[in-house]
Amino acid sequence: MSNPAQAASIEAALPYDVEAYRKDFPILSETVHGRPLVYLDNGASAQKPRQVIDAITHVYEHEYANVHRGVHYMSERATDAYEGARRKVQGFLNAKHEREIIFTRNATEALNMVVRTHGQKFLQPGDEILISIMEHHSNIVPWQMLAAEKGLKLKAVPITEDGELNMTAFREMLTPETKMVAITHISNALGTINDAAEITRLAHDAGAAVLLDGSQAAVHMPVDVQALDCDFYVFTGHKLYGPSGVGVLYGKEARLEAMPPFLGGGDMIETVTLEGSTWAALPNKFEAGTPMIAQAIGLGAAVDYVTNIGMDRISAHEEDLRRYATQRLSSIPGLKIYGTAPRKAAVISFTVEGVHSHDIATIIDRAGVACRAGHHCAQPLMEMLGVPATTRASFGLYNTLADADALVEALESAREFFGL
Amino acid sequence: MMDELRELYQEVILDHGKNPRNFRDVEDATGHAHGKNPLCGDQLVVYLKVGQGNVIQDVSFVGKGCAISVASASMMTELVMGKTVEQAHALFERFHQMCTGEGEAIDDADVDPDDLEKLTVLSGVRAFPVRVKCATLAWHTLNAAIEGKEESSSE
Repeated sequence: MSNPAQAASIEAALPYDVEAYRKDFPILSETVHGRPLVYLDNGASAQKPRQVIDAITHVYEHEYANVHRGVHYMSERATDAYEGARRKVQGFLNAKHEREIIFTRNATEALNMVVRTHGQKFLQPGDEILISIMEHHSNIVPWQMLAAEKGLKLKAVPITEDGELNMTAFREMLTPETKMVAITHISNALGTINDAAEITRLAHDAGAAVLLDGSQAAVHMPVDVQALDCDFYVFTGHKLYGPSGVGVLYGKEARLEAMPPFLGGGDMIETVTLEGSTWAALPNKFEAGTPMIAQAIGLGAAVDYVTNIGMDRISAHEEDLRRYATQRLSSIPGLKIYGTAPRKAAVISFTVEGVHSHDIATIIDRAGVACRAGHHCAQPLMEMLGVPATTRASFGLYNTLADADALVEALESAREFFGL
Repeated sequence: MMDELRELYQEVILDHGKNPRNFRDVEDATGHAHGKNPLCGDQLVVYLKVGQGNVIQDVSFVGKGCAISVASASMMTELVMGKTVEQAHALFERFHQMCTGEGEAIDDADVDPDDLEKLTVLSGVRAFPVRVKCATLAWHTLNAAIEGKEESSSE
């Protein structure tokens, strides 16, 4: 691309051909209980396009061997493909260097890696970690474990009635003791898009490092880690239309350099003697053992896939879906939407008066509609909202207005079922 | 689509789900236990009072859950009220078999066929494997209360 800005504006002018994209996803032609699949559980995991499936098959059929160690042809091929995937992720996040991209098993492992390396080394007794009440369990529990071990203080920033991060409270809770701010970019349960750049700026002013959980954001919007200026950014491959088993930790080079390794083993060392070892350079220092080779290459293909469509255009399409679905859902009597922030991704959590979310999920499933019911791995948030469970419809790049209609229709039949 | 759903959500279940029986606590309870289904966030507490001859003199529950788990808890309290602990346990065994389709159905002198008949309205969960836990949560919790455990999980 000679001029990315120009290319983006040409892309934006193209119509969004959702039907063409749907054809890329073989699973979308499956039927469920005799009905076409209406897949609205993208927040939990997204479906895979043919391009990703083929890329994984291609690895095993044409370019598979272990990476980074063979001098033979196949190892070189596999290493090139694996490192090529890293370059794609670097471009996707606009990281400054390839070596700032670490492949992990998933976002949870990436988060734990920061906790166990950066957190373990640099946080001292009495230091404070600031998270928010809308965090996924994966951005709560590892910090709790570290806090208990090291005598750290873990504090959660509250949210407003709309489900936005309470920025006034955030400013007040930032103290000279705050050494780490770990907050989600987009809430998986509410869909709220947090002002990650502002959070980062304020945290840095207070002297804290910043980790952003991009598990939902990397899927719904363009992400530029240099513009955000965060120290760490994590996301997972399977929500980005890639395979499960691969995630990403982005870290600023200086941060990663200062951190001790996470796991010890092969590939992460420079030299090993029985007296001691020295560590390999980035990114290998954090990639001990044989990595998830085919999965990383599959993630690279997924990055190509969404980049070819354009994250801006996916974002705009999903915004159309969100507005339409929100409006249609609001017409259902007794339906309450949790999370009404002005800046929101196409993640809609709701309850229907008189019908438990678990019953809703079962009934709409029989209409082919897949939604998540439960606490969305965000129990502290659910407790604050005072609901044991919600139903969550989360949209992806291949969803249509007709999918939203199918959801509404299925919900109406669920209400009928319960005599409402 | 609708047939299996009608089978799952029979009128009796919808009724118990909406108007649960014995939905209260027992002031002079001899035991109680918390039951949770971490998958869906359902939570309930079962209280019971066991008197002479191991007879369940009173049993109740409170909590939040889906129609299936609330209906199952409600029906359970009606059925085990006045039974011995052994009879309650035997009924659960048969009910569990009915929900999962696992194990052999053996005739058990402790089980009243009429009680079992009433519970068959819940056997529709067999077609919905993830919902079996909803139907059995209250019973697991009752077991825990009988055994003096404070916690029970359907996981």
